[in-house]
Amino acid sequence: MTRHRAGPPLPRARGELSAGVIAFLRDDGALPDPGAARDADPYGDDLQLALYVCYELHYRGFAGVRPELEWDPPLLTVRGALEDRFLTALRHDVPATDELDGVLEGLLVEPIRGSGVSWFLQDLGELRHLREYAIQRSLYHLKEADPHAWVLPRLSGRAKAGMAAIEYDEFGAGRADRVHAGLFAGLMSDLGLDTAYGRYLDQGCAPMLALVNVMSLFGLHRRLRGALVGHFAAVEITSSPGSRRLAHAMKRNGAGPAAEFFYTEHVEADAVHEQVVRRDVIGGLLDDEPAMATDIAFGITATSYLEERLGDRMLADWKV
Amino acid sequence: MPNSSEHPCRITIGDDGPLLVEGPVEVTCADGTVAVSDRFVVALCMCRRSRMYPWCDTSHRRRTQPGEKSRRDTG
Ligand SMILES: [Fe+2]
Ligand SMILES: [Fe+2]
Repeated sequence: MTRHRAGPPLPRARGELSAGVIAFLRDDGALPDPGAARDADPYGDDLQLALYVCYELHYRGFAGVRPELEWDPPLLTVRGALEDRFLTALRHDVPATDELDGVLEGLLVEPIRGSGVSWFLQDLGELRHLREYAIQRSLYHLKEADPHAWVLPRLSGRAKAGMAAIEYDEFGAGRADRVHAGLFAGLMSDLGLDTAYGRYLDQGCAPMLALVNVMSLFGLHRRLRGALVGHFAAVEITSSPGSRRLAHAMKRNGAGPAAEFFYTEHVEADAVHEQVVRRDVIGGLLDDEPAMATDIAFGITATSYLEERLGDRMLADWKV
Repeated sequence: MPNSSEHPCRITIGDDGPLLVEGPVEVTCADGTVAVSDRFVVALCMCRRSRMYPWCDTSHRRRTQPGEKSRRDTG
């Protein structure tokens, strides 16, 4: 409990940008020059970790870091430069489209045989792969649905009601023992991992950091609310079939009841969330603001792009 | 939300996919088994392919053949 209140320790730096931000948060050094972000690899370890650390101040913060730094103007200037570099790269690498229906349609078909991470884990994954997968995913799942809560004040009517209903379900529908982040902690215990929030940040690979950062980016900026909704839709629509494969992987390896339950619960819950996010959240937002279609599509395609990078990275690390 | 004439249980029928019913629900299946859920909405499988019948597990989705264009073969 003390540990939770204190927040996790700051991570180890991975380059000049992250070293500067971390030193500044320790009151032990100067911030990096915001201009340095322009030369950094937008998907690389250094920029992504620096951005992740900036964003974490809006979630739980870090042990020994003054809470006031969340709104420190010079730090926000650096964060803005990092975000700009990341978002510009995404806009460049993900083709813009206003064909939202086509993009959604692409998510709603399932291959008979796929080649991604969940397919590998289903068929061949061993406990060591499942542990590594959980370590990476813990950067998001231990704060599951938190980044999406920020969009609520920016929606109205049907979109707001639908989004709030899904979030309520994600947060346990009034029951602390059903909060999805807590269910993931149960999965981690079954796999023999440490469930402390932020414990595995140092192990988080750059593509995983980028995936969490894109949620924080879309969640924290009102102008990107359409992209946040698109991102959320992409997660919910693709979750059920992928969770089925992961539940199978957990079962086949005898990972334990909580590990299996996290994914079986997501097969069932996300089959509902998918319907509500498409009908009410996307449908409602488009009724209110038809021009949002392009941003919603961007949120979906950017998410698929970053998920593919993460999957490729994990499969490459496992040499499969 | 309690069922009443002012707040009837809302059911949504789509083109394909599950039937959406406001929860909580108790469902009696053809074989007599009873499934209960207190989720705010439940998705009832209509295609009968679900492996968690009576709940939808998205098995109604169109399946693509190897080589056929699909964004989701990498998930
Ligand atoms: Fe969830
Ligand atoms: Fe969900």
